[in-house]
Amino acid sequence: MARTFTEGSKAVAETVKLCRPNVIAAYPITPQTHISEELAQMVANGELKAEYVTVESEFAAASVVLGASATGARSYTATSSQGLLLMTEVLFNISGMRLPVVMTCANRAISSPINIWNDQQDSISVRDAGWVQLYAEDIQEASDLHLQAFRIAEHPEVLLPVMVCMDGFILTHAYEPVDLIEQKEADAFLPPYQPQYYLTPKNPITFGAMMGPESYMEARCQLDRALCGSTRIVEEVAKEFKKRFGRFQGALVDTYCIEGAEIVLVAMGSVISTIKEAIDLLRKEGVKVGLLKVRCFRPFPREAIKEALVGAREVLAIDRAFSPGSGGVLATEIRASLQDVKKAPEIKGHIAGLGGREISVETIINIVKDRKSVGIEDRFVDLKEALLK
Amino acid sequence: MEATWKKHLRKETLPLPFCPGCGHGILLGAILRAIDASGIDIKDMLFVSGIGCAGWIPSPHIKADTMHVTHGRPIAFATGAKLFNPRLKVMVVSGDGDLASIGGNHLIHAARRDIDMVVVCANNEIYGMTGGQVSPTTGLGVKTTTTLAGNVEPPLDLCRLVEAAGASYVARSTVFHLEHLIGILKKALGHKGFSFIDALSPCPVQYGRRNLYASPAEQLKDLEKRCVPLEKARSMTQEVLKGRIVIGEFVCRGEH
Ligand SMILES: Cc1ncc(C[n+]2csc(CCOP(=O)(O)OP(=O)(O)O)c2C)c(N)n1
Ligand code: SF4
Ligand SMILES: [Mg+2]
Repeated sequence: MARTFTEGSKAVAETVKLCRPNVIAAYPITPQTHISEELAQMVANGELKAEYVTVESEFAAASVVLGASATGARSYTATSSQGLLLMTEVLFNISGMRLPVVMTCANRAISSPINIWNDQQDSISVRDAGWVQLYAEDIQEASDLHLQAFRIAEHPEVLLPVMVCMDGFILTHAYEPVDLIEQKEADAFLPPYQPQYYLTPKNPITFGAMMGPESYMEARCQLDRALCGSTRIVEEVAKEFKKRFGRFQGALVDTYCIEGAEIVLVAMGSVISTIKEAIDLLRKEGVKVGLLKVRCFRPFPREAIKEALVGAREVLAIDRAFSPGSGGVLATEIRASLQDVKKAPEIKGHIAGLGGREISVETIINIVKDRKSVGIEDRFVDLKEALLK
Repeated sequence: MEATWKKHLRKETLPLPFCPGCGHGILLGAILRAIDASGIDIKDMLFVSGIGCAGWIPSPHIKADTMHVTHGRPIAFATGAKLFNPRLKVMVVSGDGDLASIGGNHLIHAARRDIDMVVVCANNEIYGMTGGQVSPTTGLGVKTTTTLAGNVEPPLDLCRLVEAAGASYVARSTVFHLEHLIGILKKALGHKGFSFIDALSPCPVQYGRRNLYASPAEQLKDLEKRCVPLEKARSMTQEVLKGRIVIGEFVCRGEH
């Protein structure tokens, strides 16, 4: 293993290379561009033997990887924001056909208004597309997740696409020391893809056929079962990764200072590191606060979340996206997960960091210190009242 | 004295966001001069643009209705606006990536319908805004951030494409040939039907640097060298015309 100081996008591209994808298709969009450009460069100079298609849109990118995956190719794409939304129709097709495509979503806000900065509205908006969704806390985790993602996706009990979500700019454009795995070790962890069903003239099959009222529901139910069942594989793969490479940043969830915590913050993505810093400061002041990091958002790890939160007095969820007219998505799902718990903690939702608004250590400390009982109404954090008039 | 076309700029949005030497600022000037010269009341106009550096040519700088929409879709948005308010003089200004790759189907179908609007493609032969990736109009062998060994896919001739699809006014010029460019823009503004203008507008930062142009001026001069007027091109063989840019009026049909 070699430690290098590198950009998040480059670390991800290096790890994708280690996964030996056969087909890559991507359309440029900020802040995903550095990942796809790195991969294009690797293919151009012969370091990576893959087909790289410079497609005409994200719609085409998703369709190309679908087609490639259906023929048994290990396929990869990356996008952000509008690009992910444009892919939506195909995302449902990829999961419906049970194709183990892996994608990086460099999380970015959605227009309108046009905004290129980070939040997680893009991936959260496609949460119902039937993909596994994993959220990275830092660059190391973002790159490691890609090796794990292909293992999870291609597992015969899963056969579903996986989206690795990493906060745009905060992780894609930042530099950190990263441990990169050797190709030999990567190959041992992720052997070549052995498709069970694929398009070949030797054994013609049909993908995407019509299913009427007599069987469509069962196909959807099977997809749900496979996705729910993938929690076990996500855990198994994270454990094996730890055994081989010594790194573990959680499987479905992870916790920090949660022992005896009365207040538990819950969040996803790069804000986790910020929260950890805030917790260290708050703990010094004697505030009994801990953290639950949701690493796997789809399938939603209800049991693991319940287990971690039982015993807390208050749960402060931080959402970097929301469902207008309803509230924070993470907060809402946590409420649903705890509804059968006796003496369940009070859950307060916070919508923060939209469109690149900074979530600083102070933001987190303030969230913990000015906890107001707001019922199930989620609160927008750090609003500029003057701009709302 | 200030040039009269400058009154069409929203002063509070200046300076323009383009890099020094970018062709898009020249193109904005050409569009405003053409409007000024044609006597159209700019208040009767709607400018629609997509995403890309080119999308910033009208929005928010022109003091008229401007609409900045999703990547690839300005023609579709413009169609909606034009259908409900046919008296609007609708102009779409967007990039080669926006109009020809992600939005290519809208371009073809608007041309097929010959809907009354002017579409100006600010063609820098690259995706400028996102960092210089290959676009469908990038020439063979050109280096971009996604074609590091040189582009291997042939470029699309947008004028031939929309002509085949049914556009009734089709012309090409460049920001180097300013008078010519203003002339065809004026003609397009007076035309009833689908007008398409392929306006070559160099991107020195993402294209020029990577393809070893010493300066924006060198890149402009080279653009001039690559151009051949249509009248001259008619007597030239396809072989000789390879890699050259034919400028002029390709289709001019119907009402003006
Ligand atoms: C659906 C979607 N995909 C990708 C992008 C990212 N994007 C923004 S501008 C652009 C290309 C712009 O190229 P062009 O239209 O040629 O304009 P230029 O910047 O060259 O003037 C891309 C791919 C986006 N905004 N939306
Ligand atoms: S990147 Fe290129 S197209 Fe965009 S403003 Fe700069 S020079 Fe112009
Ligand atoms: Mg362009």
